[in-house]
Amino acid sequence: MSVTTAERVPQGDPVSAVPNYLTAENTIVSWLFTKDHKRIALLFFASITFFFFVGGFAATMMRLNLATPEGLLQPAVYNRMFTMHGIIMVWFFLIPSIPATFGNFFIPMMIGARDLAFPRINLASWYVFNLSGLVVLYALVMGGANTGWTFYTPLSTIYANGYVFAAALAVFINGFSSIMTGLNFVVTIHRMRAPGMTWMRLPLFVWGIYAVSVVMLTATPVLAMDTFLLGAERFLGLGLFDPTHGGDPLLWQHMFWFYSHPAVYIMILPGMGVVSEIIPCYARRPVFGYAGMTIALMSIAILSFFVWAHHMFVAGISIYSAIVFSLMTFFVAVPSAIKVFNWTVTLHKGRIVFDAAMLYALGFVLLFTLGGVTGLMLATLAVDVDVHGTYFVVAHFHYIMVGATVSAFFGALHYWWPKMTGRMFPEGIARFAAILTYIGFNLTFFPQFVLGYLGMPRRSYTYPAQWQSWNLLSSAGASILAIAYLLPLCYLGWSLFKGRKAAANPWGATGLEWTTPSPPPQHNFKRTPVVELGPYSYNPEDGSYISQDGTAHAG
Amino acid sequence: MYHWIPFWPDTAATNAIAVNNLFIAELGLSALIMVTVVGMMVVFCIRYRRGSSASRANLTETTWHFEVGWTTATLATFLVLFVWGAGMYVWLYQAPRGDIEIYVVAKRWMWKMEHPGGQREIDALHVPVDKTIRLVMASEDVIHSFFVPAFRVKHDVVPGTLETLWFKADKIGTYFLACTQFCGLQHATMQGKVVVMSGPDYARWLTQQGVHESLAQQGEELFRAHGCSGCHDKNSTVHAPSLVGLYGTMVHLQDGTVRVADETYIHDCIFNPRSFTVAGYPPIMPDFSGQLNEGDVLKLVAYIKSLGHPEERAK
Repeated sequence: MSVTTAERVPQGDPVSAVPNYLTAENTIVSWLFTKDHKRIALLFFASITFFFFVGGFAATMMRLNLATPEGLLQPAVYNRMFTMHGIIMVWFFLIPSIPATFGNFFIPMMIGARDLAFPRINLASWYVFNLSGLVVLYALVMGGANTGWTFYTPLSTIYANGYVFAAALAVFINGFSSIMTGLNFVVTIHRMRAPGMTWMRLPLFVWGIYAVSVVMLTATPVLAMDTFLLGAERFLGLGLFDPTHGGDPLLWQHMFWFYSHPAVYIMILPGMGVVSEIIPCYARRPVFGYAGMTIALMSIAILSFFVWAHHMFVAGISIYSAIVFSLMTFFVAVPSAIKVFNWTVTLHKGRIVFDAAMLYALGFVLLFTLGGVTGLMLATLAVDVDVHGTYFVVAHFHYIMVGATVSAFFGALHYWWPKMTGRMFPEGIARFAAILTYIGFNLTFFPQFVLGYLGMPRRSYTYPAQWQSWNLLSSAGASILAIAYLLPLCYLGWSLFKGRKAAANPWGATGLEWTTPSPPPQHNFKRTPVVELGPYSYNPEDGSYISQDGTAHAG
Repeated sequence: MYHWIPFWPDTAATNAIAVNNLFIAELGLSALIMVTVVGMMVVFCIRYRRGSSASRANLTETTWHFEVGWTTATLATFLVLFVWGAGMYVWLYQAPRGDIEIYVVAKRWMWKMEHPGGQREIDALHVPVDKTIRLVMASEDVIHSFFVPAFRVKHDVVPGTLETLWFKADKIGTYFLACTQFCGLQHATMQGKVVVMSGPDYARWLTQQGVHESLAQQGEELFRAHGCSGCHDKNSTVHAPSLVGLYGTMVHLQDGTVRVADETYIHDCIFNPRSFTVAGYPPIMPDFSGQLNEGDVLKLVAYIKSLGHPEERAK
């Protein structure tokens, strides 16, 4: 073991000295036909960023409309806005968000591999994703769907006159991209770990992506069947979901949520992985209860398949099945609670640095906890009967899917930005953006808990006038949130050209991805690393740490 | 009871009081969890910030006993919430017979209410205070959801079947009624009011509606007009099950299953008779789904139910 210089001082090769994955080839073709997981990650980045702003535009229009009871949009336009907001944010941003970008970029690097197991399938996944994106944009430009992102039958099969088929087709195609990406990660993590990288030495981010990949592989086909049947019913009038032909409208919901509840965990598990990287690094301390964290991740992934009917407690399912699904939902909350406690205790006796990534991670824990406790209320049958279908539910899942997941996404973006681009961003404004996100988010969505408990139904373009002040507060918060989401685009964009050159390991982190230059060379490592110990060997007493390849660094 | 809490919704039914207690308990628990997490986080962040000189020696190495501890604690707490919520759900979702039964037809985008005496209203429901009201609900098109926040009751109304829901209002007043399942263009306006009145006021209101025929009587007329009586009357020569006293009994079907003859069963038999052939009878009943709408079926259901209660029929 060799001892190198202090972690927070620039070190290592200057960017220009060796060709890296960004500079090795320069043509457009070299990007469009690249098999490099890092470049494909950036391609995904471009795609999902685009869709994030499309979905964000729809959200902006909705909050503008809801600022007053009279509204701004025609009812038909509002209905299309929230439908497209849901479809785009769920399938075109949140589900691929962390796995297809940071997962793609860092899974091979963190396990010491030169690429993913199937580079061509990885590239194909991006093309399939964009194909589905074109179909959804077609649906959007032609006038949009008007069913809500859940496509409930028989509204979606018989009554809705929008571009429902195109939207459902986009979701159908999109699933193949998910499956390809998930398959690639599962095989890569099983087969391509560097010597010494045992399962219990894997960084928790890798565990998170592994759990999510298993869920993607097993749940997504059910969504494909469901959307296929929806298309068949709309075109051929099969009658599967139509009671006048002996069909059952609830069949759609069962199949839809059999995918879409696990999909919520597809959105949150990678975020949990990210936060489990960030908190130990900035607390300069090993994660509390590594084994417990891996067990919790895998338990959540498995239990997520047995809770789907908690979306249907008021839909007329049998009382007995409702009771079973409520119990399972409480069970899945236990490992989530364990994770929250472990993250919090990881701060104990740390040497905590409040950099932007850490602020996002702490925000994640708080917002996830608030989303979690309100999830307990929704799991409680009698309370769900009251708040189901109201803004309470809207607030709850935004706390998880936006508050937590998007915070983790931005946390990951700041944590790994120097590695991906070779540039440092201005830390001050980044911290400001992180705090602004937290304030804007709570201002937007906390009032929605109150509105929901007062009884405001979701998916309504108007509401009784006595609820205006809460709605106005929410809309005001949304404008702050919008600024907080736009800020990183500015300073990160600036840093690409003007940012200080990043060292190989600017945060003093222990993962293998930090043992190679920033940005990494084309095949990640000059020589396949040999792993000597588990992740998070941080010592808070003197700030020293040991990389996973066994290199010790002074504090 | 909880009116001192700011922004608390109206509480106007016995159902709502029960849900309030559970919700308050969960709010308290949530607050406790949040305070614990935020408190620990703030204390650690201040005490163990980079510049502080607090000792970091003797870092906890074995963690499993902490983890087993808080796994057990959370699991036990969650099980209490589960049992409490599930017990109440069974109570909320098993509609008792009810002092008054009101038939509700949901249709894009209105709520049509039919009182047993034949009084009808749209987007409004008048009920007496302190009486158990039982709703029998049908949808003519898509899935709707009947929601009265002040009563804390909600149930989806799924087309093709009947759903029941009950409440017992305990405070006179006018309360918000909404559809909480997105049902298309004007979903946001599919709203109305529930007017809770004193007993005498309600009785007066009923007489002011200028109605002469009860729902069951209207059902009886349909029963004759659509030829149901041709087979199901006791004088009929066709071998069809008698409907007298049917409601609430157990029916043995041809396929071996046993069904309770509730509103949903009667409804399903009229719209989909071949799936509910009664044991010992030939499958000869035609499908009436093309001829009758949900409102008609509810009248027929009211009529068939009245056959089971001679005293009601005498009225």
